[in-house]
Amino acid sequence: MKQTEFLNIVLPFRDKLFRMAKRLLVSTEEAEDATQEILIKLWSKKNKMESYNNVEAFAMTMTKNFCLDRLKSKQAGNLKLVHTNYTDASSSLQSELEAKDSISWVERIMAELPEQQKMVLQLRDVEQYEYEEIEKLLDMKPTAIRVALSRARKTVREKLMEKHNYGIA
Amino acid sequence: MELHNIEKLIEKYFEATTTVAEEEKLRKYFSEDEVAPHLEQHAPLFNYFTKAKEERFTKQVPLKPRRNYLKWVSVAAIAVFMVGLYFYQPTPPPVTLADEYTPEEIESAKEALALLAMNFNKGTEQLYYLDEFEKTTNKFLTKNN
Repeated sequence: MKQTEFLNIVLPFRDKLFRMAKRLLVSTEEAEDATQEILIKLWSKKNKMESYNNVEAFAMTMTKNFCLDRLKSKQAGNLKLVHTNYTDASSSLQSELEAKDSISWVERIMAELPEQQKMVLQLRDVEQYEYEEIEKLLDMKPTAIRVALSRARKTVREKLMEKHNYGIA
Repeated sequence: MELHNIEKLIEKYFEATTTVAEEEKLRKYFSEDEVAPHLEQHAPLFNYFTKAKEERFTKQVPLKPRRNYLKWVSVAAIAVFMVGLYFYQPTPPPVTLADEYTPEEIESAKEALALLAMNFNKGTEQLYYLDEFEKTTNKFLTKNN
């Protein structure tokens, strides 16, 4: 398989992988590294790729596992630390500007969700996957997905309302 | 009618029973400017999802064909080896005395060495007396013990 062929296969879902990685890892740089890692792994398996019936789902699962591993590993400790440092350092100006933008509230609210809800919400509401696909990707039962999704959506709604009310008061 | 429909969809949305198509309808509704005031609170949510989907992966991925690299190194190594074999010449046989000196010279050297050896042997013959000396000392030593 040639590089261009590979890129043609990967291109349609490359951004999805990145967005999923960013949802889990929060930092853009980390997400970029993760996506790159996944694409290189896929490239090294390119000969086997024809035998996978759904490369996108396969890559998505790989990304999910990679990011969760990363969060579990020691590096993740550093990552979190770095990230809070980062937000602290630039809190004065940037976050004030962002706070006015209620769209970015949603992003922050989503960052506080448990990982599973984060992933379900990302796959369903951002990437608009069907339930059957999410089942396979996350290896979850349909009911569990619906429960997680409903909880995630309601949590986001509640927190959004809270912030909204603060804004008025 | 439309509004009623949207309200229902929102309710279904939070129970996670909407289909992708219905969610798309909601997105579309909230992306427009004419959102009913009592529903406006949900707008950031749906607009965020639309916005989030637009994020792109911009980093270049270095897809180096690494395995080929090793293969070509081995090919190069074999090529170097073959070239080496081609230009390889066996080392010439060691130079003998006959090449460097004339027979006369060799003869005279042999004679000189023989003379030396003969005199040397004479010297060693003289040393046999020492054996006798040893014998007598041993006798003394055994007696003393």
